[in-house]
Amino acid sequence: MPALVGTLSLALALALAVYGATAAIVGARTGRPRVVESARTAAYSLFALVVVANLAMLAALLGNDFSLRYVASNSSRATPTFFKMLALWSADEGSLLLWNLVLGGYLAAVAFRFRRRRPETFPWALAVMFAISAFYLVLVLGPTTPFATLATTPLDGRGPLPLLQNHPLMAAHPPFLYLGFIGFTVPFAFAIAALITGRVSDAWMRITRRWTITAWIFLTIGLVLGALWSYSVLGWGGYWAWDPVENVALLPWLMGTAFLHSVMVQERRGMLKVWNLSLIVGTFALTVLGTFLTRGSILASVHAFAESIVGPLYLAFLTLVLLGGFGMIAWRRESLRAEATFDTPLSRESVFLGNNVLLLVLTFTVLVGTIYPLLAEAVTGGKVSVGSPFFNRNTAPVALLLLFLMGIGPLLPWRAASPSAVLRRLQVPMWAAAVTAALLALTGAGVVAVIVFGLAAFVAAATVAEMVRGVQAQRRARGISVGAAIGAAVARNHRLYGGLVVHLGMIVAVVGVSWAALADRSSEVTIARSEIVHAEGYDLRYDGLTTREEPQRRVLVAELTVLDPETGDEVVRLKPSLNLYPSASEPIGTPSIRTGTPFNGMVDLYASLVTVENDTRASFRFFVNPGIGLLWLGGAVMAFGGIVAAWPTRPRAASPRGPEPMAERREEVTV
Amino acid sequence: MSAGVDETDEVREAVEPDGRARSRHRWRTVAFVLAPLVLFALLLATGLGRDPRELPSELIGQPAPTFSVPRLDAGGTIDLGDLHGQVVVVNFWASWCVPCREEHDALAAAWDRYRERGVVVLGVSFEDTREAALEFRDELKGDWPLADDPGSRTAIAYGVFGVPETFVIAPDGTIAAKTTGAVTYEWLTDEIEGALRAGNVE
Repeated sequence: MPALVGTLSLALALALAVYGATAAIVGARTGRPRVVESARTAAYSLFALVVVANLAMLAALLGNDFSLRYVASNSSRATPTFFKMLALWSADEGSLLLWNLVLGGYLAAVAFRFRRRRPETFPWALAVMFAISAFYLVLVLGPTTPFATLATTPLDGRGPLPLLQNHPLMAAHPPFLYLGFIGFTVPFAFAIAALITGRVSDAWMRITRRWTITAWIFLTIGLVLGALWSYSVLGWGGYWAWDPVENVALLPWLMGTAFLHSVMVQERRGMLKVWNLSLIVGTFALTVLGTFLTRGSILASVHAFAESIVGPLYLAFLTLVLLGGFGMIAWRRESLRAEATFDTPLSRESVFLGNNVLLLVLTFTVLVGTIYPLLAEAVTGGKVSVGSPFFNRNTAPVALLLLFLMGIGPLLPWRAASPSAVLRRLQVPMWAAAVTAALLALTGAGVVAVIVFGLAAFVAAATVAEMVRGVQAQRRARGISVGAAIGAAVARNHRLYGGLVVHLGMIVAVVGVSWAALADRSSEVTIARSEIVHAEGYDLRYDGLTTREEPQRRVLVAELTVLDPETGDEVVRLKPSLNLYPSASEPIGTPSIRTGTPFNGMVDLYASLVTVENDTRASFRFFVNPGIGLLWLGGAVMAFGGIVAAWPTRPRAASPRGPEPMAERREEVTV
Repeated sequence: MSAGVDETDEVREAVEPDGRARSRHRWRTVAFVLAPLVLFALLLATGLGRDPRELPSELIGQPAPTFSVPRLDAGGTIDLGDLHGQVVVVNFWASWCVPCREEHDALAAAWDRYRERGVVVLGVSFEDTREAALEFRDELKGDWPLADDPGSRTAIAYGVFGVPETFVIAPDGTIAAKTTGAVTYEWLTDEIEGALRAGNVE
C-alpha cells in the first residue's frame, strides 16, 4: 500500500513538474497570466504530492512494513520510534525523497511569495525550478527506487546503520543541510531567468537577496550541526576531518558567502555583473557537484551511499548546469558591462573584491583537494587520498587574510576613503590587537597564537566599534536611551547590523577553532579497575563497567572519574560507552564530554572508550580540548546575525547610485 | 584579457559593420568559456566506472585463516583444516540481511552443481541469533552446512566489513577470491572452476 501511494504520487508530481515548466514558459512567451497562474497552482500540488510520498514512507517505517526494500534495509522492529522516523533520510533513496520534499517546498514557497507582485522573470524562474524538480523526481522514480518491494517479506529488518542511529543530532543535521543546499536553487533560477529574458539588470539579485541569505543561514547551521555530530558521536575528539562529503558541503558555503558580499558591489556601484551571475551559477553547480560526488559513489567517504546508474545522470545534469549557465553568461556578456570602475584600492568595493578572491581561492583549494584522488587515478591509475595536512596548511593562511579583510571592510566607505579618516577609525582596533598580542607574548604563547589572536582582537574591536558608532549616532540624533538606540539603529539598517553580528560570530568560531588547534592534547590510557593513571594534567580513575540492555543494542558504560592531581578533588565523572548493534561487527563508541564553559576555562574534557577487558581493565582515549565550545557558540551567533539581516522590512525607497560623501556612509549596508 | 578581446572586437566592427563579426565574436566567447568546463566534466566522468570501496583485498593469495566453528543446522563442528585439498566457499550471512536473500538461489545452485566434485559451501552466520538463522534456513530451504561464529572471531579473522561477503578457498588452503555484496551464480562458477583448475595443476 505505501509503495503504491508513494510511487503514484511521485509519478504525478513528475507529470506536474513537466506541466508546470511548460505552462510557465508558454505563459511567459504568450503573455497570458492565467497560464502562469496554472503553473503556480501546479507548484502547490507538486509539493503536496511529494509530502504524501514522504508520509507514505514514514508510515511504512513506523508500521514495520518490511515488504519495502528500503524499510527492510534501514529499519527493524527493535529500532526506537524516533530513529525509525530518522531512517527516512538515513540512506540514499530516502534522503532523495527528503531532497524532493525540500525542493518542492521551495518551489511552493516561491509560487506563494510572488502570488501578487510578479517580477517579469518570475515565470521563467518558476520554469527553471520545475525543470530542476523534474530531474530529481526522475531520480526517485527510476534509477533509485525508494518504494521498491521485495519478493518475499522478511520477518525483521536490518536496522539503520549503527552510526546513524546513535545520536539525535541526525534529526537536525541533514534537513538543515538540505534546506541550505537546495535553497540556492531560488537565486540560481532567477539568475537563469534573467539571462534567458535578457533582463540582466540587478532585479534578479534584489528579488532573491533574502532567499539567498536564508539558504546561507540554513547551510551554516547544517555545517555546524554536522561538525557537532562528528564531535559528539564519532569519538575521535575532532569535529572536521576534511572528509569529501564535508568538503562538498563547505564548497557552496564558501562561494555563497562570496556571492552575498559581491552582490552589494553590484547594488551599489553597478559593477561585477558577470562575476555575480558566475558566482550564483557556480554555487548552484557546486551543490550539484556535491550530490554527484557523494551519491554517484565517486569518492570514498563515511557517508557511503549505494552505487547505481545515478552517477551518469548527475554528471549530465551538472554538465547542463555548467554549460547552460556559463554559456548564457558568455552569450549575454555585451549587456553585462560594468557601469563604473574601481576608483582606488582603499574602498569598500575593493575589500569586497579581495574577500571574493580569497573565498574563491579557498573554494578552489578545497575542491582540488577533494577531487585530486579522482584526478590522480585518471592520470596514473593509482589510489591516493588527500588528508587534513594538505587542507589545513593551504586554507589556514588564506582564512587569516580573509579575517583581516572582514575587520577593515565595514570601516571603509564606498568609492574612495581618505587615508587619514581610515587611520582614525583603525586606532581602537589596532590598540586592541597590540594589547592582546603583548599579553599573549608575555604569557609565553607561540608566534602563531600571537598573530591569530591579535588579529581576532583587531577584527572584533573594529566590528564592535562600528556597531557602537551607529548606536551613538542614533542616541545623539534622537536623545534616546542606549537600549532604544540599539533598536533604532538595527531597525534602520538591519542588513548592516545583521552582517556585523555574523562577523562577530565568525570571529568567535575562528578563535575557538584556532585555540583548539593550537592547544588540544590527547592520550590513550589503559587503566585497571580502581587504579589511577596520570594523563594530560589530570588523574584518571576507572570505576568499573555496567551493561545496559536495550531492545536494539547492548550498551557497555565505563565510568571514568577525572580528578584534580593537586587537590585530589573530583572534577567530573565521564561515562563513555560502547554500543553493540546486532548488524555491526564492530562496536560503536559514544564519547562522554564535559563541555567547556567560561567557568572552567572553556576546556572540554572528552573521553571515548576503546576496549574493555571484562570488568578489570579498560582503554580510553582522553582528550583535553580547549575552545571548541566557542565554535558552537560562534555558529549560533552567525545564524542569529543572518536572521537579523534577512528579517523582512517594509520596502524603503532604493537609494540612488552616485557619489557618496564620507559623512553619509554610516547608513551603508553589509551582508 | 577581456580588455584585449574588446579592442579587437571594436576594430573589426569598424571594418565590417554588419552583425556577422559580432555574432562570431559572441560564439567565440561562449566556446572559450565552455571548453574548460567540458574538460572538467570529462575528468569527473572518469570517476564513474570506479568503485571507491573496491580495494584489492590483502587476503587474496594468503593462507586462509583457520577456524573451527559449531554447526548450526546439525551437531558437531566444522574445521577448515579437515577440508584441506577441497575448494571451500565461505559465505558470511545473516537472517536480517536483505542481499543475503537475493544470493540464496545462486549459492544453492552452485552447491548443487559442485558438491559432487568435492566443493564445500559453508554459510557462517554473522551477528545473528541461532533461532533467526534456522528460521531463515527453514523459509528459504537449502542443505549446505551452516555454522555459528561465536564472538565473530572468524568474521574478524577474515576482515568482514558487512554481510554478505563470500570467500573462495583453493585446495592448497589459500584464499582465491573474495566478493562483497550479493554473490552471483556466474561469479561463483568462475571462481570455483578457477580454484578447481588450480588444484588439478598441482
